[in-house]
This record gives sequence, structure tokens and C-alpha cells, in this order.
Amino acid sequence: MEKKKKKWRLNKNFLPGLAMVGPTGLWMIAFMLLPLIYVIAISFMTKGLFGGVVWTPTLKNYQDIINPVYGKVCLKSLKIALLTTLFSLLVSYPFAYALSKVKKRWKSICMLLIMVPFWINGLLRLNGWVTIFRETGPLNTLLTKLGLPALNFMYTETAIVFGMVYTFMPFMVLPIHTSISKLDSTLLEAASDLGATKLHTFLRVILPLTFPGIFAGSIQVFIPSLGAFFISDIMGGGNTMLLGNLIKNQYLNARNWPSGAAFSVLLIVFTLVVMQIYTRLGGDMDEMV
Amino acid sequence: MEEKRPIIRLDHVTKRYGDNTVVRNVNLDIYEGEFFTMLGSSGCGKTTTLRMIAGFEELSEGNIYLENEDVGNMPPYKRNVNTVFQSYALFPHMNVYKNVAFGLVEKKMKKEEIHEKVTEILNLVQLSGFEKRMPSQMSGGQKQRVAIARALVNNPKVLLLDEPLGALDLKLRKQMQLELKHLQQQLGITFVYVTHDQEEALTMSDRIAIMNNGVFEQIGTAKEIYEHPKTKFVADFIGESNVFEANVSEVKEDGSLKLIMEYGDMEAYGDGFEQNEIVYASIRPESVKCSLEPVNGFNIRGMVKEHIYIGSIIRTTIELPNGQLVKKCAQPDDDFKPVGSLVYLHWSPDKTVVMHTNEDKLYDLIDAGE
Ligand SMILES: Nc1ncnc2c1ncn2[C@@H]1O[C@H](COP(=O)(O)OP(=O)(O)OP(=O)(O)O)[C@@H](O)[C@H]1O
Ligand SMILES: [Mg+2]
Repeated sequence: MEKKKKKWRLNKNFLPGLAMVGPTGLWMIAFMLLPLIYVIAISFMTKGLFGGVVWTPTLKNYQDIINPVYGKVCLKSLKIALLTTLFSLLVSYPFAYALSKVKKRWKSICMLLIMVPFWINGLLRLNGWVTIFRETGPLNTLLTKLGLPALNFMYTETAIVFGMVYTFMPFMVLPIHTSISKLDSTLLEAASDLGATKLHTFLRVILPLTFPGIFAGSIQVFIPSLGAFFISDIMGGGNTMLLGNLIKNQYLNARNWPSGAAFSVLLIVFTLVVMQIYTRLGGDMDEMV
Repeated sequence: MEEKRPIIRLDHVTKRYGDNTVVRNVNLDIYEGEFFTMLGSSGCGKTTTLRMIAGFEELSEGNIYLENEDVGNMPPYKRNVNTVFQSYALFPHMNVYKNVAFGLVEKKMKKEEIHEKVTEILNLVQLSGFEKRMPSQMSGGQKQRVAIARALVNNPKVLLLDEPLGALDLKLRKQMQLELKHLQQQLGITFVYVTHDQEEALTMSDRIAIMNNGVFEQIGTAKEIYEHPKTKFVADFIGESNVFEANVSEVKEDGSLKLIMEYGDMEAYGDGFEQNEIVYASIRPESVKCSLEPVNGFNIRGMVKEHIYIGSIIRTTIELPNGQLVKKCAQPDDDFKPVGSLVYLHWSPDKTVVMHTNEDKLYDLIDAGE
């Protein structure tokens, strides 16, 4: 009796459930899971003579990774991703904090100002910066007119970090803003009541309580800056090789798909490790936007 | 309270939000070591007054003195007062020990000293052994105790409490009322307590301020306020009472007054009333008596409308010819008259509280003008 009833209930929910999850599930399988398996698979295969893949299993692609040149690329990628995260944080926190303090009408305007650039292609926006910063660009013209030394900013690592901070900042602002808005203002009054100055209130109450936002934002900036290649292409002028560039080069220039796949797997592993650290330290995936 | 030393003085304090005056020109002395309660209905400005003392709200006018020091513009972290918030406001990322130690750490006290004080105060609020607990793992009553300990450990001159028991169930409330009163007597710290529960105010306080619409209607001990309300609002607000509007027809030499109402007249005592003045006369239900014969000095006729038995007490409603209902409560066998009887109401004249009306009228005018 009991069992029959249960089965009937399951059937009743099964079809609507499938209808809800099914399309997304199919989409994920077709465009996420299968390509991923394919990439992992070809990373263990041999490169064809004129590009393409020869289906002979080998570990050569991974053995090639263990090479000081690539090690340097990885380290540089890590360094730039870390710097990007740090500077995004330094810029975003005060911004998110101010955002939570302004009146409602201004808040939506500020939000809009963050979101609008997203609707314009990132390449276009970055090229806009290139135009401004370039050696004979308007900024330097202005500086020389004012009698100041011209900036030699373009095509350096600093320019790459700038481009990355600029591109990924919204991912930092939004989670921080969310956790600051969740902050109960009576807690700040309580701190002040107990003798804490504004600075101490910030350090002892606000900062620790908004840490989930900082954490989530940092992860969301760190991961894409590890893999992004077009920013270093544009802002670094191709002078700086990052992990993303390496992968792109292996696939498109060297036409060595198995090697590119191996580097992709390396990047995925990096990402998984970072995510693992995040959840281990108590981070909540729901904090992500 | 042998010698009364004001520890807090509010000097012509006014608070406005835009055009809305929330606290009107309040003058108030709170004495050292007393349990002072601000009582009033919702929205009358109690919290605002308390927050101005704590320093969370700026004054629109006037000044506040703490031990004769002008603290009107002093930020909260410099004032030697501490607050117990209604919502507890415990720091969710700190355990009980760290919450309680927060203020002491700000004072840069030594670790051992902090440990000693925190242990002692947790003992006092019966929370020893809870040091490592996080606020999210505690019940409402326990959180409330942590909040009280966190404030008291700083040994403030004054402890401000804004409806600290509001979120607790009735039984716990009663228990915490006793504990709080105990703590206050034990430590001798001045408590300024905000509540809208009159029973709580009457049982706990040394003095009560009845607040209405941004002003203190009356400040006094529970007994004074209950027995001699100064305004109609206070008479209505504290306990139950029957309020009559009357005209002073005669002021006799022995201080007694003859009052004439729309239906009937009565005798009362009162100082400072003039002939032909319109006054309010207030009488508590437990003082009202009724008889079948007129009683000397009184002539108020009515009809018994309803009896309600509440335990050993019987509550009677008597309707006057103009429709006003008079409440009476007594022991069942005292002077019971069946429903429908025509009775004469009377009471001992010194139980009547006579109040001026002009003050109220004035406020009505001001309100209408705004
Ligand atoms: N920040 C504010 N801005 C504008 N008006 C306010 C503000 N805070 C309080 N008020 C108004 O001031 C009045 C008094 O508020 P207050 O919080 O002091 O009342 P209360 O006596 O504590 O009431 P309750 O018993 O409900 O807590 C209310 O009418 C309220 O709407
Ligand atoms: Mg309040």
C-alpha cells in the first residue's frame, strides 16, 4: 500500500520536474559537459602533423608543461591575478560602502553606471583606454601641455592589471555591496556605544561582517583574471604572456590542440583548487552574483 | 537616595525630524542610583529621548548634561553611558566572551583584567560556561543577558535600556524584570528604562515619567502617579479610571469642591482650582460604590448594565443618562445590585482626582495650528 502510493507520487512529480530541469540539463550536457570531456580527452592525445589530433594516447603534453618557461608564465599569471584582485578590492570596497550610504535614487543611478559598460563589448572599452593612454594619446598631449612628463603606461604589466581591474571590478563591487547592505546598523551603534571609534568600528565589526562579500568578490575576480587573454593582448600589446595567452597560442597559432588542452586542464585544476579553498574556508556559493 | 544628585540633566531638549517635533522642550533630572522609567504609548518619543542621551541622535535644541558635563555634542563612544538594545545587537561574529569583552578591549585593558571582569559579570547574569557560545546558538533570554552583561561590564554611570524585555514571552519577562531590578540594586547603577508596559514600569521603577506626544505629562513614583494623576492622559493611561468633565460650582473654605457635571454633581478635594473652571475629575473603578439611596454630596444616577466576573472580582458597568459608561470593580458581595437597577453612584470625596483642563486644551490648539 505504502509503496504504491509513493510510486504514484513520484510519477506525478517526475514529468513536470523533467520539463523544468530537462532543457537546462540538456543544454549543460551538450555545451558544458561534452566539450569538457573532449578537452580532457584530447589533452592525452598526440598532435597531428599539420594540426588536428591523432588519437594515440600519450602523456607528452603534460610532461611538456613541466618546463621553466611555462612555470614562469604560470607564476606571472598568478601574480597578475592576485594584483588584480587586490586592487579591485581596494577600489571596490570604498565604492560599495559609499553606495550603501547614498539615497535610494542615487543608488540606482550608481548601480546603472556600473552595469551599463557591461552592455558594450569589452574589447571596445579596452581599446578606448588604449586610445587614451597611448604615447601620443590625449592624456599625454594634455600632460605635455601642462609641462608634466608624459606617461609611458601602455603595454606594461601595470596596464594589464589596470585593464583587468577595470573589466572585473563589478564582480567585486556587487557581492561586497550585498554584504554591506545586509549589515545591521544597530551593530554599529552598539560598537560606538561600547567605546569604539569610527576606525575601530570598521576594523572590529564592519570588516569581519562583510568578509563573506570580500571573499566571494575576490574569487570572482581572481578566477577570470587567471584565464583572460584578450586583456593582456590589448593592454600588454602581446609583450606579456599569461596562461590564457598560452592556451590561445597553442590552439590557434601553434595549432597544437592537445598541448592547449593540457594547459586548459591545468587552468581548470587551478580554478577548482581556488574554489575548494573558498568552500573549505567557509565561503558560501550563494554569496556569488 | 538620601541625597539626590542629578546624574543626567535634560535641559530644554527638543528633537525635530523635518517639521515633525518628536520631543518637545523636555526638562528632566535623573538622579544617581535610581531606576527611572519612561513610559508611554507607541511613537511618543521614548526611544528618541533615550537615543539622544546615548548620543545616537543629535539634539535640535537644548542640552544634555552627564554629571554636570555638557555632552550634547559628544559622540557616543566618549560618553560614559551604555545601552541595552531591544534587538540585543550582539556581534554575530564574536562569541559571548568576545562580545562582553568588546568595551574593555576598547579601553585597552590588560588581558588578565578583562578575563577577570568578564568572568565576574557572566557569573552575575548566570551565564558562566557560555563563554564560547556564538549568539546564534542562544535563546532570546540568554542573548538578552549577554547584552546586559556587555553593557554593565564597562561599569557605566548610566545604563540605558530600550524595551529590553520586549521580545521575551510573559513568563521569562517577569523573571527578567526581577533579575534586572535585583542587578540594579546590587550594582547601584542608574537605570534609564523605556517601556510601554505599565505593569512593568509600576513594579520596577523608583520613578516613572509618563510621556505623551513628545512631552512628559507627569514624573513621579508609581504611587504618586497612580493615586494622583496630574493630567487626564495620565489618569487614562495608568490603570483604569473614570474621567468626568465637570464645572467647579463652588470652592469651599475647607478646600472641598462642588463639581457639577452634565448629569449629576459630586464632591471632591483639590487645591488651586477656581470657581467656574472646567476640570476633569477622575476616579478609579475600585473606589466607585453604588447604593439605592442618594448619598450626601453626590447625585449621579445611572443604570446597572452588565456584570463580569473575573475570579474573585466583579466588574460592573453603569450607564449614565448621557450614555457615558462608568466602570466599577469590587468584591461580589460588597454592594451588588442586579442588572437593570437604578442606582446612585458615590465614593469617598478624597479619592477623586481633580485636574486642570486648560493645559490639554492648549496642546490641542498647538496641534491644530501646526
Ligand atoms: N529617523 C527618524 N526620522 C523621522 N521620524 C522619526 C525617526 N525616528 C523616529 N521618528 C518619529 O518620531 C516619533 C517618535 O519615535 P520613537 O521611536 O521615539 O517612539 P517610541 O516612543 O520609542 O515608540 P515605540 O514604543 O513604538 O518604540 C515617531 O512618530 C516616529 O515616527
Ligand atoms: Mg521605541
